Amino acid sequence: MLAAALFGSMLTPVSARTLNVVGPWEMTGVEASQSGYVFTRMQVAETLTAADSQGHIVPQLATAWQVSEDGLRWQFQLREGVSFHDGTPLTADIVAAELQRAHQGAGVLKQVPVKAIRAEGSQLVIELERVFAPLPAFLANYSTLILAPSSYTAEGKVSQIIATGPYQIQTMTLPLKLELKRNEHWWGGKVAIDSASYLAVGKGETRALMAQSGEADLVFSLLPVSVAALSRDPRLHTEVVTLPRTRMLKLNAGSALFSDVRVRQALSLALDRQGMARAILRNDKVAANQLFSPAMGAWHDSQLAPIPRDLDKARALLAEAGWQAGADGILQKDGQPFQVKLLTYSNLPELPVLATAIQAQLREVGIAVEVAVGNSSEIVSQHRDGVLQMALFARNFSLVPNPLGTLLQDYGPEGGDWGAMGWSDAQMQSSLQQLQVITDAARQAPLQQQINQTLQQQLPVIPVAWSELAVAASRQLEGVQVDPYELSYHLTSLRWKSEE
Amino acid sequence: MLRSSLWGTVLLGRALQAVLVSLLVGSLCFALMHSLPGDPAMRIAAGRYGPDAMSLQAAESVRQELGLEQPLLQQYGRALWQLAQFDLGHSLVTGRPILEELQVQLGHSLWLALASLLLSLLGIPLGIIAGARAGGWLDRGSQALAIGVRALPPFVLGLLLMWLFSIQLGWLPPAGFGSWQHLLLPALTLALGLAALSCRVSRDAMAEVQQSAYFTFARHKGLRGLTLIQRHGLRNAAIPVVAYLGVQAVYLIEGVVVVESIFAYPGIGHAMVHAIIARDVPMVQGTVLTLGLLFVLINLLIDAACRWIDPRQGGTR
Repeated sequence: MLAAALFGSMLTPVSARTLNVVGPWEMTGVEASQSGYVFTRMQVAETLTAADSQGHIVPQLATAWQVSEDGLRWQFQLREGVSFHDGTPLTADIVAAELQRAHQGAGVLKQVPVKAIRAEGSQLVIELERVFAPLPAFLANYSTLILAPSSYTAEGKVSQIIATGPYQIQTMTLPLKLELKRNEHWWGGKVAIDSASYLAVGKGETRALMAQSGEADLVFSLLPVSVAALSRDPRLHTEVVTLPRTRMLKLNAGSALFSDVRVRQALSLALDRQGMARAILRNDKVAANQLFSPAMGAWHDSQLAPIPRDLDKARALLAEAGWQAGADGILQKDGQPFQVKLLTYSNLPELPVLATAIQAQLREVGIAVEVAVGNSSEIVSQHRDGVLQMALFARNFSLVPNPLGTLLQDYGPEGGDWGAMGWSDAQMQSSLQQLQVITDAARQAPLQQQINQTLQQQLPVIPVAWSELAVAASRQLEGVQVDPYELSYHLTSLRWKSEE
Repeated sequence: MLRSSLWGTVLLGRALQAVLVSLLVGSLCFALMHSLPGDPAMRIAAGRYGPDAMSLQAAESVRQELGLEQPLLQQYGRALWQLAQFDLGHSLVTGRPILEELQVQLGHSLWLALASLLLSLLGIPLGIIAGARAGGWLDRGSQALAIGVRALPPFVLGLLLMWLFSIQLGWLPPAGFGSWQHLLLPALTLALGLAALSCRVSRDAMAEVQQSAYFTFARHKGLRGLTLIQRHGLRNAAIPVVAYLGVQAVYLIEGVVVVESIFAYPGIGHAMVHAIIARDVPMVQGTVLTLGLLFVLINLLIDAACRWIDPRQGGTR
């Protein structure tokens, strides 16, 4: 076994013209629900739909779709002349089987009220239990990517990724590396760059050095401290885009500490968002004055002013709610001190730092916060057990490129793992219900604004900072597009400058 | 005849040790992983799907799929039975056979370990020269260097080397894997720490040999310089140095965990850390077992080398 292991990893030279992409995301397995986002971003695998930079759902493997009058039967016309990397033609039967599997699996399709998925000629038909207008957006999520039947073992497990994208896998070394070559038969035509690789590099410092050394051509998710240094490098082009992702404080609104909305508002006023954005995140623009970032289209209210830090108002609200300063400066009510445990995790390196800043800021109004840095799953398990008090995390509203998907999961009547806890609002529930039925954007907008306002006033979660994606690209590359929905790296629009 | 039966005892001893290590590692891993606080199904789901797609629903389906609701004793029995059949099982996170995963990772780690060990051998001649002139400027200089290098944690040392060799000089790729150039920086990061120690150990061994009666006798006999060191110095000084290489393996494996993460290198240390975070019990067992058996193998080789260098060792036991 030793010898096999040694020679199995024999070293191979790297071609000079390969486009090297580096990001922090490791591939934890080959299943679409686990590492599908790497396969779709690197354009190895494709989904039926995609989203443009505004978040509008656009065709990919499906060219058009329509829904019946009653909203229960969706028909998707599949693109003609598409074949998988092994030459097998894409058929409606294969797509139906793939989506049935996705619906059984751990991906987002589980949230859709699917009654049946089947092929009818060259069309895919999805029948629903009830009306669910955002369905096409769910089919852009990576967990619904379409693989060839030859990707599976006899037991029905994915063993390799044979899909339809413009790049196909040559070698895959889990969990870190993909080596790709151009798919000469891609339905979208010929792409400029003939080979590419993806390397998962967990440490932000290393990613920055890889960009600087020229070893990587396209580096995603730079640390805030690296961005300034890299933007001075004449060989690199850096870009920072705001994502539909928000770092927020989740509060247990069902607990005695946070059931009073005045307390939640006081906490929000005690935070120095601008200070944290400037000092920790090094980007003034990400101080979150609302839950929905500017990348979320009609959900975001651009009229809202920044939330200034107002300690006097915060103290007054806490006093109104019955909290009085004790001898040690910590607030007390009925003899109980205002002590709370803030849970966060270190997968995102900025979270523990933000947590300690929040700890110091809340201490100024007399709230004693204890920060606990653990595993992200502890937030989910403490939510389930009802013992969670406060948590800091980043939530992605574009896992499905329609925020409704995430909102239904997080702010439904029972709350959600990564959303409300012990809080529900009747008007918001009715808006969420209506948005599942309405397809007309003009009629959606007032409902979306109503939801934003409710969250803003009620604060079941307190927005802290929006997330951003910082990217460094080699100046030798042309056509770099950074997708705020993180669905694709748009490798197909890239070309080497010297090739002109 | 006597010689071969002696070797037989050594091999049998080490084989027994290997069986014991396997049994202990299997049981300890199982007990430790299950005594950690937190819900394993939640951890595994977070490891598989990441925080974005992790939910209570995902954790519950993981629990059902893996039979985590079964009594612990039953799970333990199943794990040991698998181990007895040389079946390491499947990773709870990736779903792939542990043996396949280990083969890839172990391969990469062995290359890294081998390269660092070879690079670290440079410390030995430096130590011998320093020891031959104990108290001289080379001795003091190498001591200062060894302390400095050893005091830097691998994380800092790694970043410094990347900065120097990739950014300033542009000679080597800062991270990744797949070619011998990629191997050099992580290997050097580990090797410097190893070399610092073996330099000091060989220096002390050499200095000690120089003070011994047989060395003084050889000098009085009229032997000089290299001939003296070659005939009477090296072999005697080698025993502690080689024995110490075995101890160094511990540092190597500890260093591999950190270095692989900084350099995005797909080795066994990296895999083990991720498996522990994700509560991937079979994967933890597989990696720890491999490392444990590797220790047994290294010790066997060191034993053999010491016996070859100093034939008296076999006879006196």
